[in-house]
Amino acid sequence: MSDPSALPSAAPDAATIAQRQRALVAALREVLPAHALLWQPEDTTPYECDGLTAYRARPLAVALPETEPQVAAVLRVCRSLGVPVVARGAGTGLSGGAMPHAAGLTLSLAKFNRIVRLDPLARTAVVQCGVRNLAISEAASAHGLYYAPDPSSQIACTIGGNVAENSGGVHCLKYGLTLHNVLRVRGFTVEGEPVEFGSEALDAAGLDLLSVIVGSEGMLAVTLEATVKLVPKPQLARCIMASFDDIRKAGDAVAAVIAAGIIPAGLEMMDKPMTAAVEDYVHAGYDLTAEAILLCESDGTPEEVAEEIDRMLDVLSGCGATRMEVSKDEAQRLKFWSGRKNAFPASGRISPDYMCMDSTIPRKRLADILLAIAQMEITYGLRCCNVFHAGDGNLHPLILFDANDPDQLHRAEAFGADILETSVAMGGTVTGEHGVGVEKLASMCVQFSPAERTRMQDLKAAFDPDGLLNPGKVIPTLARCAEYGKMHVQRGLLPFPDLPRF
Amino acid sequence: MTTALASLVERVKDATAPLCLRGGGTKDFYGGAPQGDALDTRALCGISAFEPSELVVSVRAGTPLHELEATLAGAGQCLPFEPPRFGAGGTVGGMVASGLSGPARASAGSLRDHVLGVTLLDGHGEVLSFGGQVIKNVAGYDVSRLMAGSLGILGVILEVSLKVLPLPPASATLRFEMPAEQALQQLNRWAGQPLPLHASAWHRGQLNLRLAGARAAVQTAARQLAETHGGRPLDPDEATDVWLGLRDHRATFFSADDPRALWRVSVPATTGPLALPEDPSADTLVEWGGAQRWLRTSAPAVALRRVAAQAGGHATLFRDSPGAGPRGEVFTPLAPPLLRIHQGLKARFDPRGLFNPGRLYPGL
Repeated sequence: MSDPSALPSAAPDAATIAQRQRALVAALREVLPAHALLWQPEDTTPYECDGLTAYRARPLAVALPETEPQVAAVLRVCRSLGVPVVARGAGTGLSGGAMPHAAGLTLSLAKFNRIVRLDPLARTAVVQCGVRNLAISEAASAHGLYYAPDPSSQIACTIGGNVAENSGGVHCLKYGLTLHNVLRVRGFTVEGEPVEFGSEALDAAGLDLLSVIVGSEGMLAVTLEATVKLVPKPQLARCIMASFDDIRKAGDAVAAVIAAGIIPAGLEMMDKPMTAAVEDYVHAGYDLTAEAILLCESDGTPEEVAEEIDRMLDVLSGCGATRMEVSKDEAQRLKFWSGRKNAFPASGRISPDYMCMDSTIPRKRLADILLAIAQMEITYGLRCCNVFHAGDGNLHPLILFDANDPDQLHRAEAFGADILETSVAMGGTVTGEHGVGVEKLASMCVQFSPAERTRMQDLKAAFDPDGLLNPGKVIPTLARCAEYGKMHVQRGLLPFPDLPRF
Repeated sequence: MTTALASLVERVKDATAPLCLRGGGTKDFYGGAPQGDALDTRALCGISAFEPSELVVSVRAGTPLHELEATLAGAGQCLPFEPPRFGAGGTVGGMVASGLSGPARASAGSLRDHVLGVTLLDGHGEVLSFGGQVIKNVAGYDVSRLMAGSLGILGVILEVSLKVLPLPPASATLRFEMPAEQALQQLNRWAGQPLPLHASAWHRGQLNLRLAGARAAVQTAARQLAETHGGRPLDPDEATDVWLGLRDHRATFFSADDPRALWRVSVPATTGPLALPEDPSADTLVEWGGAQRWLRTSAPAVALRRVAAQAGGHATLFRDSPGAGPRGEVFTPLAPPLLRIHQGLKARFDPRGLFNPGRLYPGL
């Protein structure tokens, strides 16, 4: 039996690994066809990381089951041998949530890639976990419907991974996260028993377990199928691109749009270094003199959009926008967005490596965190470009560094941790949409008290008593937090600040 | 304030017998019968943070719901899920614990969808905060949303942060005459079009449809639906009566004096009219675009559970008939793996079984 609290990187010795691998492979051969089981290093190496490439481990084996009974059988084998199981979709996650366990099995669900049913009248789609996010909208398009959450990796990421991470995108403020767009998740418990969370009605009996399954990073159950909601495609979308000569004015403009009672379909911000990087990449005609650029989108009926665009223009000019342009047609709207959507690859062109952060802060602190990050650039001697889902306060600072220089890597990690912990101190959270995975374990020590982390471990134990599903991720052990040595930060709005909390 | 919390913590730490978590007591009729010594949350009162531009309010559990709603309305905002108010004394804690949403639920989302964070007193006597005050937050398991509809079985909700929204700038209600089958078809068809639908209710051949949103969008849609489907616009006062009657169960249909039980059947919205052979004259009221069916009937629980299950949904004995004996199982029984998870959560959050025993399920 493996130690479920062990970190994935804390690998047992080679002889033990080899012995466990033999036992696991022998048992899995009984339940899987030969082509659905990989264990030779050259076959398992491609699975050694997800989108967070800085953290790697090779699993004992990779199972690629093709049927649900095979998945159940794999889970039963792992349970009887005490082998950890890490479920994996497209491997696009950015926090190491699908990083293998060195003494575990990687359960690739890539073969479950069918849209089972699409019901235009009910506005639902039943999809297997390996269906790509964008494929759902493509299939629904003929009916005038789409699936709303649109993480920027939507061309590749799968719905199973979206459920694991509670993925967002650029339209969350108006259309919600994955949780708000998934009705039901069907899969297996760690014991290999079929289980369903939620239902195709709008609620289900008992505790709302669907709420904890969504965003649980593969720690509670194995998702095989989801019923998702489809919504009518807006008749029209138009976007305003507004320039500001001051970061603080741009931050205030974000708050002012919301305060005016407007819920924009998208509200995004880029700072000057980011704008320069993306302009060089996509040539969309961004204002290179602006300290910050806001993209504000309105969607709906033509009447609605006209009304909302006018109101947003008023608010933005009142907040001191130096230049405003409204998209005249769909081509121009997509051009406005092209830079924002390519912020990550554009950063990849100007720096050997970049580290993408994902904290969320209350909207009103946008300017404060930007100024704090500018100060950190000096402290850590590294550059940082900033893109934000400004409408919901979710930041994606991209710290630029060269991983071949160990000192730069170390400074980049410290820079990142500083951003996360500053965000927590401002009343925010260490991760808005990318998940904790292995990347943000240490920062969880700062956000949650020991008792809170213990109760989250307890929650996992209620689903997975032996701790075999994706162990070592999401919730750090007490020992790890003690080693990290930073105190739990009292969050901004604790209701009872004078109560002793340790 | 702190004294109030400290005394709650002491009560929980010292408790040797079950506690009945209670705010205004306006939902005592709901769920399994309340039992145990009352633990009143109303001393935990007040809004601790509200900034309209953040679209978030943090409020203590014992705060009267009407107080919270008045504060939000003062800033032109609202709780979009329209929580029901079964009496003047209902509290925010009770609203979250019951997890109930009103007429706008199908378009605006549920109470659970709007919970961003919760501070909880668990059965170990620990004060814990989960979630936060921001809309996007995936740090750790979402324990805060688990509290929505938990009926207090995992802990005492002390404070909650909720996402709020601006009040819709305009609304209009149309009334159509049509039989149930046609209304269900039509509601689902409309929901697939970019229309500003906000709420719907069908009862005895009448379909009320509320539109809400941007002024231009509501006007255009109201005109269009009136022309194409013969909808008659209700005047604003009449419309307000209709929707408040549904939201707060003030309409005659929901009367506590009705000799028949009140069932809430939650099914996929496209499910046809529910046929109950045990009681062909059962009175049905349809909400949420077809996804919520209220039934007044004296048919046995097993009949309601069967029709709900056949449609892929579940049935709740929302309010038993007056003078009925002890409440049976109120909620649809859980599948074995789900029951096991419920038991595991209860055992870990409330190891001494103090909080609201039997309120959600017997034995929990």
